[in-house]
Amino acid sequence: MIVLASAGPVIPVFGGAPSSYACERANRLFCPDWVSQNWSNVLWPALRQHVVLSVVAVVIGFVIAFALALLAYRRRAVERPIILISGILYTIPSLALFEILVPIKALGLSVRTAEVALVSYTLLILFRNIVTGLRNVPDDVREAARGMGMTARQSLWRVELPLALPSIIAGVRIATVTVIALGTVASYICDQGLGVPIFQAIQDGVFKTELIVAGGLAVALALFADGLLVLLQRALTPWSRARAR
Amino acid sequence: MTTLLDALRFIGHNGALPSDPAAPTLVHLTLQMLWISGIGIAISLAVGLPIGAWLGHLHRFSFAAINISNIGRALPSLAVLAIGDAILGLGLTVTEVALVILAAPIVLTNAYVGIAGVDPEVVDAARGMGMTGWRILWRVEVPLAIPLLFAGIRTAAVYVVATATIASLAGYNGGLGYIISDEQSYHLSGVLGAAICVAALALLVEGVLALAQRQLTPRGVRLEHQARGEEDVDALVPAAAAISAP
Repeated sequence: MIVLASAGPVIPVFGGAPSSYACERANRLFCPDWVSQNWSNVLWPALRQHVVLSVVAVVIGFVIAFALALLAYRRRAVERPIILISGILYTIPSLALFEILVPIKALGLSVRTAEVALVSYTLLILFRNIVTGLRNVPDDVREAARGMGMTARQSLWRVELPLALPSIIAGVRIATVTVIALGTVASYICDQGLGVPIFQAIQDGVFKTELIVAGGLAVALALFADGLLVLLQRALTPWSRARAR
Repeated sequence: MTTLLDALRFIGHNGALPSDPAAPTLVHLTLQMLWISGIGIAISLAVGLPIGAWLGHLHRFSFAAINISNIGRALPSLAVLAIGDAILGLGLTVTEVALVILAAPIVLTNAYVGIAGVDPEVVDAARGMGMTGWRILWRVEVPLAIPLLFAGIRTAAVYVVATATIASLAGYNGGLGYIISDEQSYHLSGVLGAAICVAALALLVEGVLALAQRQLTPRGVRLEHQARGEEDVDALVPAAAAISAP
Protein backbone atom coordinates (compact mmCIF):
# COMPACT_ATOMS: atom_id res chain seq x y z
CA MET A 1 0.00 0.00 0.00
CA ILE A 2 1.11 3.49 -0.70
CA VAL A 3 1.49 5.47 2.48
CA LEU A 4 1.10 9.15 1.95
CA ALA A 5 3.83 11.41 3.23
CA SER A 6 2.87 13.64 6.08
CA ALA A 7 3.28 17.37 5.96
CA GLY A 8 6.77 18.82 6.12
CA PRO A 9 9.66 19.01 3.74
CA VAL A 10 9.86 16.22 1.23
CA ILE A 11 12.68 15.34 -1.07
CA PRO A 12 11.18 14.93 -4.53
CA VAL A 13 11.99 11.76 -6.39
CA PHE A 14 12.25 12.85 -9.96
CA GLY A 15 13.19 9.43 -11.29
CA GLY A 16 15.15 8.61 -14.41
CA ALA A 17 18.65 9.68 -15.37
CA PRO A 18 18.93 13.40 -14.88
CA SER A 19 20.57 15.65 -17.41
CA SER A 20 19.55 18.80 -15.62
CA TYR A 21 17.12 19.37 -12.80
CA ALA A 22 16.57 23.03 -13.67
CA CYS A 23 12.98 22.59 -14.78
CA GLU A 24 12.13 20.23 -11.93
CA ARG A 25 13.72 22.48 -9.35
CA ALA A 26 11.82 25.48 -10.65
CA ASN A 27 8.73 23.30 -10.22
CA ARG A 28 7.23 24.38 -13.49
CA LEU A 29 3.87 23.09 -14.55
CA PHE A 30 5.28 20.89 -17.27
CA CYS A 31 8.79 19.57 -17.95
CA PRO A 32 9.01 17.93 -21.40
CA ASP A 33 12.47 16.51 -20.61
CA TRP A 34 11.10 14.52 -17.71
CA VAL A 35 8.52 12.94 -19.98
CA SER A 36 11.04 11.82 -22.59
CA GLN A 37 13.40 10.50 -19.91
CA ASN A 38 10.72 8.58 -18.05
CA TRP A 39 8.58 7.40 -20.90
CA SER A 40 10.12 3.95 -21.22
CA ASN A 41 10.62 3.11 -17.54
CA VAL A 42 7.67 4.81 -15.82
CA LEU A 43 4.92 5.96 -18.13
CA TRP A 44 4.83 3.25 -20.79
CA PRO A 45 4.68 0.33 -18.31
CA ALA A 46 1.99 2.15 -16.33
CA LEU A 47 -0.03 2.75 -19.48
CA ARG A 48 0.29 -0.90 -20.51
CA GLN A 49 -0.77 -2.11 -17.07
CA HIS A 50 -3.69 0.28 -17.16
CA VAL A 51 -4.85 -1.14 -20.49
CA VAL A 52 -4.67 -4.70 -19.14
CA LEU A 53 -6.42 -3.71 -15.90
CA SER A 54 -9.28 -2.05 -17.79
CA VAL A 55 -9.68 -4.67 -20.53
CA VAL A 56 -9.80 -7.53 -18.03
CA ALA A 57 -12.41 -5.70 -15.93
CA VAL A 58 -14.64 -4.87 -18.90
CA VAL A 59 -14.40 -8.38 -20.39
CA ILE A 60 -15.22 -10.13 -17.09
CA GLY A 61 -17.95 -7.60 -16.36
CA PHE A 62 -19.42 -8.13 -19.82
CA VAL A 63 -19.48 -11.92 -19.51
CA ILE A 64 -21.25 -11.75 -16.14
CA ALA A 65 -23.66 -9.00 -17.18
CA PHE A 66 -24.45 -10.76 -20.47
CA ALA A 67 -25.34 -14.02 -18.73
CA LEU A 68 -27.47 -12.18 -16.17
CA ALA A 69 -29.15 -10.11 -18.88
CA LEU A 70 -30.12 -13.18 -20.92
CA LEU A 71 -31.56 -14.70 -17.74
CA ALA A 72 -33.52 -11.53 -16.95
CA TYR A 73 -34.71 -11.27 -20.56
CA ARG A 74 -36.32 -14.71 -20.26
CA ARG A 75 -37.44 -14.40 -16.63
CA ARG A 76 -38.55 -10.94 -15.70
CA ALA A 77 -38.74 -11.84 -12.01
CA VAL A 78 -34.94 -11.86 -11.61
CA GLU A 79 -34.47 -8.42 -13.16
CA ARG A 80 -35.40 -6.45 -10.08
CA PRO A 81 -33.05 -8.20 -7.60
CA ILE A 82 -30.16 -8.05 -10.09
CA ILE A 83 -30.67 -4.33 -10.66
CA LEU A 84 -30.94 -3.70 -6.93
CA ILE A 85 -27.72 -5.53 -6.08
CA SER A 86 -25.70 -4.12 -8.95
CA GLY A 87 -27.17 -0.70 -8.13
CA ILE A 88 -25.91 -0.89 -4.57
CA LEU A 89 -22.46 -1.97 -5.82
CA TYR A 90 -22.49 0.94 -8.26
CA THR A 91 -23.38 3.40 -5.50
CA ILE A 92 -20.56 2.49 -3.11
CA PRO A 93 -17.72 4.97 -3.62
CA SER A 94 -14.68 3.46 -5.30
CA LEU A 95 -12.17 4.11 -2.54
CA ALA A 96 -14.50 2.66 0.10
CA LEU A 97 -15.18 -0.42 -2.01
CA PHE A 98 -11.47 -1.06 -2.54
CA GLU A 99 -10.91 -0.84 1.21
CA ILE A 100 -13.90 -3.01 2.08
CA LEU A 101 -12.57 -5.76 -0.21
CA VAL A 102 -9.03 -5.73 1.19
CA PRO A 103 -9.74 -7.75 4.39
CA ILE A 104 -11.16 -10.63 2.34
CA LYS A 105 -8.44 -13.29 2.57
CA ALA A 106 -8.51 -14.42 -1.05
CA LEU A 107 -8.14 -10.85 -2.30
CA GLY A 108 -5.97 -8.72 -0.04
CA LEU A 109 -3.77 -6.01 -1.48
CA SER A 110 -3.60 -7.33 -5.00
CA VAL A 111 -4.70 -6.82 -8.56
CA ARG A 112 -7.57 -9.25 -7.89
CA THR A 113 -9.13 -6.82 -5.42
CA ALA A 114 -8.87 -4.02 -7.94
CA GLU A 115 -10.46 -6.18 -10.63
CA VAL A 116 -13.35 -7.28 -8.39
CA ALA A 117 -14.11 -3.64 -7.57
CA LEU A 118 -13.80 -2.46 -11.19
CA VAL A 119 -15.97 -5.33 -12.46
CA SER A 120 -18.63 -4.46 -9.89
CA TYR A 121 -18.86 -0.96 -11.36
CA THR A 122 -19.46 -2.26 -14.89
CA LEU A 123 -22.31 -4.64 -13.97
CA LEU A 124 -25.18 -2.18 -13.61
CA ILE A 125 -24.31 -0.22 -16.76
CA LEU A 126 -23.82 -3.30 -18.93
CA PHE A 127 -26.78 -5.25 -17.55
CA ARG A 128 -29.16 -2.34 -18.04
CA ASN A 129 -28.07 -1.61 -21.58
CA ILE A 130 -28.17 -5.24 -22.70
CA VAL A 131 -31.65 -5.81 -21.25
CA THR A 132 -32.97 -2.50 -22.60
CA GLY A 133 -31.52 -3.25 -26.02
CA LEU A 134 -33.17 -6.66 -26.13
CA ARG A 135 -36.51 -5.38 -24.82
CA ASN A 136 -36.60 -2.63 -27.43
CA VAL A 137 -36.54 -5.08 -30.32
CA PRO A 138 -39.95 -4.60 -31.97
CA ASP A 139 -42.41 -7.44 -31.41
CA ASP A 140 -43.22 -7.82 -35.12
CA VAL A 141 -39.53 -8.41 -35.86
CA ARG A 142 -39.52 -11.18 -33.27
CA GLU A 143 -42.67 -12.63 -34.78
CA ALA A 144 -41.23 -12.45 -38.28
CA ALA A 145 -38.23 -14.44 -37.07
CA ARG A 146 -40.54 -17.01 -35.53
CA GLY A 147 -42.55 -17.05 -38.78
CA MET A 148 -39.42 -17.84 -40.76
CA GLY A 149 -39.12 -20.97 -38.66
CA MET A 150 -36.40 -19.83 -36.29
CA THR A 151 -36.23 -21.36 -32.85
CA ALA A 152 -36.13 -19.03 -29.85
CA ARG A 153 -32.38 -19.52 -29.62
CA GLN A 154 -31.80 -18.75 -33.31
CA SER A 155 -34.02 -15.69 -33.07
CA LEU A 156 -32.05 -14.48 -30.05
CA TRP A 157 -28.62 -14.84 -31.62
CA ARG A 158 -29.40 -13.94 -35.22
CA VAL A 159 -32.12 -11.32 -34.84
CA GLU A 160 -32.58 -9.88 -31.37
CA LEU A 161 -28.95 -9.56 -30.25
CA PRO A 162 -27.79 -7.92 -33.51
CA LEU A 163 -30.64 -5.42 -33.24
CA ALA A 164 -29.73 -4.74 -29.61
CA LEU A 165 -26.07 -4.08 -30.52
CA PRO A 166 -26.24 -0.25 -30.52
CA SER A 167 -27.57 -0.23 -26.97
CA ILE A 168 -25.14 -2.95 -25.86
CA ILE A 169 -22.13 -1.13 -27.31
CA ALA A 170 -23.32 2.14 -25.78
CA GLY A 171 -23.15 0.34 -22.43
CA VAL A 172 -19.70 -1.06 -23.16
CA ARG A 173 -18.53 2.46 -24.03
CA ILE A 174 -19.74 3.92 -20.74
CA ALA A 175 -18.37 0.98 -18.77
CA THR A 176 -14.96 1.17 -20.48
CA VAL A 177 -14.55 4.90 -19.95
CA THR A 178 -15.67 4.59 -16.31
CA VAL A 179 -13.27 1.73 -15.64
CA ILE A 180 -10.32 3.56 -17.20
CA ALA A 181 -11.00 6.63 -15.06
CA LEU A 182 -11.55 4.60 -11.88
CA GLY A 183 -8.50 2.46 -12.60
CA THR A 184 -6.30 5.30 -11.39
CA VAL A 185 -7.80 4.95 -7.90
CA ALA A 186 -7.10 1.20 -8.00
CA SER A 187 -3.40 1.97 -7.70
CA TYR A 188 -4.10 2.80 -4.09
CA ILE A 189 -4.34 -0.90 -3.32
CA CYS A 190 -2.14 -2.44 -6.02
CA ASP A 191 0.95 -1.15 -7.80
CA GLN A 192 -0.55 -1.19 -11.27
CA GLY A 193 -1.64 1.33 -13.82
CA LEU A 194 -1.52 5.06 -14.34
CA GLY A 195 -2.49 5.74 -10.76
CA VAL A 196 1.03 4.73 -9.69
CA PRO A 197 2.76 7.84 -11.05
CA ILE A 198 -0.16 9.96 -9.83
CA PHE A 199 0.14 8.66 -6.26
CA GLN A 200 3.92 8.95 -6.53
CA ALA A 201 3.52 12.60 -7.47
CA ILE A 202 1.04 13.26 -4.66
CA GLN A 203 3.46 11.66 -2.24
CA ASP A 204 6.39 13.75 -3.47
CA GLY A 205 4.24 16.78 -3.09
CA VAL A 206 5.95 19.26 -5.38
CA PHE A 207 6.31 17.86 -8.86
CA LYS A 208 3.48 18.56 -11.31
CA THR A 209 4.58 17.01 -14.61
CA GLU A 210 3.97 13.46 -13.42
CA LEU A 211 0.40 14.31 -12.46
CA ILE A 212 -0.38 16.08 -15.68
CA VAL A 213 1.14 13.44 -17.95
CA ALA A 214 -0.37 10.45 -16.12
CA GLY A 215 -3.77 12.13 -15.84
CA GLY A 216 -3.59 13.18 -19.47
CA LEU A 217 -2.67 9.65 -20.56
CA ALA A 218 -5.68 8.25 -18.69
CA VAL A 219 -8.00 10.71 -20.43
CA ALA A 220 -6.40 10.02 -23.80
CA LEU A 221 -6.71 6.28 -23.25
CA ALA A 222 -10.40 6.64 -22.34
CA LEU A 223 -11.18 8.74 -25.41
CA PHE A 224 -9.17 6.40 -27.65
CA ALA A 225 -11.02 3.35 -26.31
CA ASP A 226 -14.33 5.17 -26.77
CA GLY A 227 -13.42 5.96 -30.36
CA LEU A 228 -12.42 2.35 -31.04
CA LEU A 229 -15.78 1.13 -29.73
CA VAL A 230 -17.63 3.58 -31.97
CA LEU A 231 -15.73 2.18 -34.95
CA LEU A 232 -16.53 -1.35 -33.77
CA GLN A 233 -20.22 -0.51 -33.62
CA ARG A 234 -20.13 0.93 -37.14
CA ALA A 235 -18.46 -2.21 -38.43
CA LEU A 236 -20.93 -4.49 -36.66
CA THR A 237 -24.13 -2.66 -37.57
CA PRO A 238 -23.83 -1.69 -41.24
CA TRP A 239 -27.64 -1.61 -41.58
CA SER A 240 -28.06 1.32 -39.22
CA ARG A 241 -25.99 3.51 -41.53
CA ALA A 242 -27.86 2.33 -44.59
CA ARG A 243 -31.13 3.35 -42.95
CA ALA A 244 -29.81 6.77 -42.00
CA ARG A 245 -28.96 7.54 -45.59
CA MET B 1 -14.42 -11.81 9.75
CA THR B 2 -12.50 -10.56 12.78
CA THR B 3 -11.48 -7.52 10.76
CA LEU B 4 -15.10 -6.78 10.05
CA LEU B 5 -15.96 -7.10 13.74
CA ASP B 6 -13.06 -4.81 14.60
CA ALA B 7 -14.33 -2.31 12.05
CA LEU B 8 -17.81 -2.36 13.57
CA ARG B 9 -16.24 -1.97 17.00
CA PHE B 10 -14.29 1.01 15.66
CA ILE B 11 -17.54 2.56 14.44
CA GLY B 12 -19.15 1.87 17.83
CA HIS B 13 -16.27 3.44 19.76
CA ASN B 14 -15.94 6.49 17.59
CA GLY B 15 -19.43 6.99 16.34
CA ALA B 16 -20.92 8.91 19.22
CA LEU B 17 -21.14 12.66 19.30
CA PRO B 18 -18.00 14.11 20.87
CA SER B 19 -17.77 14.87 24.52
CA ASP B 20 -14.62 16.77 23.62
CA PRO B 21 -15.63 19.11 20.79
CA ALA B 22 -12.07 19.31 19.48
CA ALA B 23 -11.89 15.58 18.72
CA PRO B 24 -13.64 14.66 15.47
CA THR B 25 -15.86 11.61 15.59
CA LEU B 26 -17.18 9.52 12.74
CA VAL B 27 -20.52 11.32 12.92
CA HIS B 28 -18.66 14.58 12.72
CA LEU B 29 -16.62 13.49 9.70
CA THR B 30 -19.64 11.99 7.95
CA LEU B 31 -21.57 15.22 8.37
CA GLN B 32 -18.56 17.14 7.12
CA MET B 33 -18.50 14.94 4.02
CA LEU B 34 -22.21 15.45 3.54
CA TRP B 35 -21.61 19.19 3.70
CA ILE B 36 -18.71 19.09 1.19
CA SER B 37 -20.73 16.88 -1.16
CA GLY B 38 -23.87 18.97 -0.68
CA ILE B 39 -22.14 22.14 -1.84
CA GLY B 40 -20.68 20.31 -4.85
CA ILE B 41 -24.04 18.81 -5.83
CA ALA B 42 -25.83 22.14 -5.39
CA ILE B 43 -23.38 24.00 -7.63
CA SER B 44 -23.45 21.21 -10.23
CA LEU B 45 -27.24 21.39 -10.35
CA ALA B 46 -27.20 25.18 -10.53
CA VAL B 47 -24.83 24.98 -13.51
CA GLY B 48 -26.00 21.83 -15.27
CA LEU B 49 -29.79 21.88 -15.00
CA PRO B 50 -30.57 25.31 -16.51
CA ILE B 51 -28.07 24.98 -19.36
CA GLY B 52 -29.07 21.41 -20.19
CA ALA B 53 -32.79 22.10 -19.93
CA TRP B 54 -32.63 25.27 -22.02
CA LEU B 55 -30.50 23.67 -24.76
CA GLY B 56 -32.87 20.70 -24.76
CA HIS B 57 -35.82 23.05 -25.07
CA LEU B 58 -34.20 24.73 -28.08
CA HIS B 59 -32.93 21.42 -29.52
CA ARG B 60 -29.58 23.10 -30.13
CA PHE B 61 -25.96 21.95 -29.67
CA SER B 62 -27.00 18.33 -29.23
CA PHE B 63 -23.58 16.94 -30.08
CA ALA B 64 -21.81 19.03 -27.46
CA ALA B 65 -24.52 18.53 -24.82
CA ILE B 66 -24.51 14.76 -25.22
CA ASN B 67 -20.75 14.29 -25.43
CA ILE B 68 -19.71 16.58 -22.63
CA SER B 69 -20.65 13.94 -20.06
CA ASN B 70 -18.53 11.37 -21.86
CA ILE B 71 -15.56 13.68 -21.44
CA GLY B 72 -16.53 14.32 -17.82
CA ARG B 73 -16.65 10.59 -17.23
CA ALA B 74 -13.26 10.09 -18.86
CA LEU B 75 -11.55 12.54 -16.52
CA PRO B 76 -10.03 10.53 -13.66
CA SER B 77 -11.22 12.29 -10.51
CA LEU B 78 -7.97 11.49 -8.76
CA ALA B 79 -5.95 13.24 -11.46
CA VAL B 80 -8.28 16.26 -11.52
CA LEU B 81 -7.97 16.66 -7.76
CA ALA B 82 -4.22 16.10 -7.79
CA ILE B 83 -3.63 18.59 -10.60
CA GLY B 84 -5.81 21.16 -8.82
CA ASP B 85 -3.78 20.44 -5.72
CA ALA B 86 -0.49 20.92 -7.56
CA ILE B 87 -1.47 24.15 -9.26
CA LEU B 88 -3.54 25.94 -6.65
CA GLY B 89 -3.02 24.07 -3.41
CA LEU B 90 -5.81 21.84 -2.23
CA GLY B 91 -8.44 23.44 -0.05
CA LEU B 92 -12.19 23.33 0.01
CA THR B 93 -12.41 25.59 -3.06
CA VAL B 94 -10.29 23.41 -5.31
CA THR B 95 -12.12 20.31 -4.09
CA GLU B 96 -15.46 21.88 -4.94
CA VAL B 97 -14.21 23.01 -8.35
CA ALA B 98 -13.11 19.44 -9.09
CA LEU B 99 -16.45 18.04 -7.89
CA VAL B 100 -18.34 20.45 -10.15
CA ILE B 101 -16.12 19.70 -13.16
CA LEU B 102 -16.88 16.01 -12.71
CA ALA B 103 -20.57 16.18 -11.82
CA ALA B 104 -22.05 19.10 -13.75
CA PRO B 105 -21.60 17.49 -17.22
CA ILE B 106 -23.59 14.42 -16.11
CA VAL B 107 -26.44 16.62 -14.91
CA LEU B 108 -26.29 18.71 -18.08
CA THR B 109 -26.38 15.77 -20.49
CA ASN B 110 -29.27 14.09 -18.72
CA ALA B 111 -31.23 17.33 -18.57
CA TYR B 112 -30.62 17.84 -22.28
CA VAL B 113 -31.57 14.28 -23.26
CA GLY B 114 -34.63 14.34 -21.00
CA ILE B 115 -36.02 17.65 -22.23
CA ALA B 116 -35.12 17.15 -25.89
CA GLY B 117 -36.69 13.69 -25.80
CA VAL B 118 -40.15 14.92 -24.79
CA ASP B 119 -42.69 13.92 -27.44
CA PRO B 120 -42.82 16.81 -29.98
CA GLU B 121 -46.59 16.32 -30.36
CA VAL B 122 -47.07 17.07 -26.68
CA VAL B 123 -45.00 20.25 -27.06
CA ASP B 124 -47.03 21.22 -30.15
CA ALA B 125 -50.24 20.67 -28.23
CA ALA B 126 -48.97 22.92 -25.45
CA ARG B 127 -48.04 25.57 -27.98
CA GLY B 128 -51.48 25.23 -29.54
CA MET B 129 -53.00 25.94 -26.14
CA GLY B 130 -51.14 29.24 -26.23
CA MET B 131 -48.32 28.47 -23.82
CA THR B 132 -45.14 30.51 -24.09
CA GLY B 133 -41.68 28.91 -24.36
CA TRP B 134 -40.98 29.32 -20.64
CA ARG B 135 -44.29 27.84 -19.61
CA ILE B 136 -43.86 24.91 -21.99
CA LEU B 137 -40.46 24.22 -20.49
CA TRP B 138 -41.61 24.55 -16.90
CA ARG B 139 -45.12 23.08 -17.02
CA VAL B 140 -44.78 20.42 -19.72
CA GLU B 141 -41.22 19.44 -20.56
CA VAL B 142 -39.68 19.42 -17.07
CA PRO B 143 -42.39 17.24 -15.44
CA LEU B 144 -42.23 14.77 -18.31
CA ALA B 145 -38.44 14.65 -18.15
CA ILE B 146 -38.30 14.04 -14.39
CA PRO B 147 -37.07 10.41 -14.67
CA LEU B 148 -34.06 11.38 -16.80
CA LEU B 149 -33.40 14.60 -14.89
CA PHE B 150 -33.23 12.56 -11.72
CA ALA B 151 -31.11 9.87 -13.34
CA GLY B 152 -28.53 12.61 -13.90
CA ILE B 153 -28.89 14.14 -10.46
CA ARG B 154 -28.58 10.79 -8.69
CA THR B 155 -25.60 9.64 -10.72
CA ALA B 156 -23.92 12.98 -10.14
CA ALA B 157 -24.62 12.83 -6.40
CA VAL B 158 -23.08 9.38 -6.09
CA TYR B 159 -20.12 10.58 -8.12
CA VAL B 160 -19.65 13.59 -5.87
CA VAL B 161 -19.66 11.54 -2.66
CA ALA B 162 -17.13 9.12 -4.18
CA THR B 163 -14.90 11.96 -5.32
CA ALA B 164 -15.13 13.76 -1.99
CA THR B 165 -13.67 10.60 -0.46
CA ILE B 166 -10.83 10.58 -2.94
CA ALA B 167 -10.10 14.25 -2.18
CA SER B 168 -8.30 13.23 0.99
CA LEU B 169 -5.97 10.98 -0.99
CA ALA B 170 -5.03 14.02 -2.99
CA GLY B 171 -4.18 15.83 0.22
CA TYR B 172 -7.39 17.52 1.39
CA ASN B 173 -7.95 17.02 5.12
CA GLY B 174 -11.66 16.70 5.47
CA GLY B 175 -14.34 14.07 5.66
CA LEU B 176 -14.02 10.34 6.07
CA GLY B 177 -11.38 9.92 3.38
CA TYR B 178 -9.05 11.42 5.97
CA ILE B 179 -9.28 8.18 7.95
CA ILE B 180 -9.25 5.92 4.90
CA SER B 181 -5.99 7.42 3.69
CA ASP B 182 -4.24 7.07 7.05
CA GLU B 183 -3.93 3.37 7.74
CA GLN B 184 -0.85 3.88 9.89
CA SER B 185 -2.81 5.68 12.58
CA TYR B 186 -6.19 4.00 12.32
CA HIS B 187 -5.20 0.45 11.28
CA LEU B 188 -7.23 -1.68 8.94
CA SER B 189 -10.22 -1.73 11.28
CA GLY B 190 -10.46 2.07 11.27
CA VAL B 191 -10.00 2.28 7.51
CA LEU B 192 -12.67 -0.36 6.99
CA GLY B 193 -14.99 1.34 9.49
CA ALA B 194 -14.67 4.65 7.66
CA ALA B 195 -15.19 2.90 4.32
CA ILE B 196 -18.42 1.39 5.65
CA CYS B 197 -19.55 4.87 6.73
CA VAL B 198 -18.80 6.27 3.27
CA ALA B 199 -20.76 3.48 1.61
CA ALA B 200 -23.66 4.05 3.99
CA LEU B 201 -23.60 7.79 3.28
CA ALA B 202 -23.65 7.23 -0.49
CA LEU B 203 -26.56 4.80 -0.22
CA LEU B 204 -28.41 7.23 2.05
CA VAL B 205 -27.97 10.16 -0.36
CA GLU B 206 -29.11 7.92 -3.19
CA GLY B 207 -32.15 6.76 -1.22
CA VAL B 208 -33.22 10.29 -0.31
CA LEU B 209 -32.98 11.38 -3.95
CA ALA B 210 -34.98 8.30 -5.02
CA LEU B 211 -37.74 9.34 -2.63
CA ALA B 212 -37.61 12.89 -3.96
CA GLN B 213 -37.94 11.55 -7.50
CA ARG B 214 -41.03 9.56 -6.49
CA GLN B 215 -42.59 12.63 -4.98
CA LEU B 216 -41.85 14.84 -7.98
CA THR B 217 -42.89 12.44 -10.75
CA PRO B 218 -46.33 13.50 -11.99
CA ARG B 219 -48.99 10.88 -11.31
CA GLY B 220 -49.87 10.66 -14.97
CA VAL B 221 -46.32 9.70 -15.90
CA ARG B 222 -46.23 7.07 -13.17
CA LEU B 223 -49.54 5.57 -14.26
CA GLU B 224 -48.38 5.50 -17.88
CA HIS B 225 -45.26 3.59 -16.88
CA GLN B 226 -47.36 1.10 -14.95
CA ALA B 227 -49.75 0.72 -17.85
CA ARG B 228 -46.84 -0.17 -20.11
CA GLY B 229 -45.85 -2.86 -17.63
CA GLU B 230 -42.56 -1.17 -16.78
CA GLU B 231 -41.52 -1.90 -13.28
CA ASP B 232 -40.77 0.98 -11.05
CA VAL B 233 -37.13 -0.04 -10.71
CA ASP B 234 -35.86 3.33 -11.88
CA ALA B 235 -37.04 4.84 -8.67
CA LEU B 236 -35.04 2.33 -6.64
CA VAL B 237 -31.54 2.35 -8.03
CA PRO B 238 -29.16 4.87 -9.54
CA ALA B 239 -29.58 5.08 -13.25
CA ALA B 240 -26.40 4.66 -15.23
CA ALA B 241 -26.97 8.16 -16.64
CA ALA B 242 -28.09 8.94 -20.13
CA ILE B 243 -27.24 6.32 -22.65
CA SER B 244 -26.13 8.08 -25.80
CA ALA B 245 -26.80 5.26 -28.20
CA PRO B 246 -25.68 6.19 -31.71
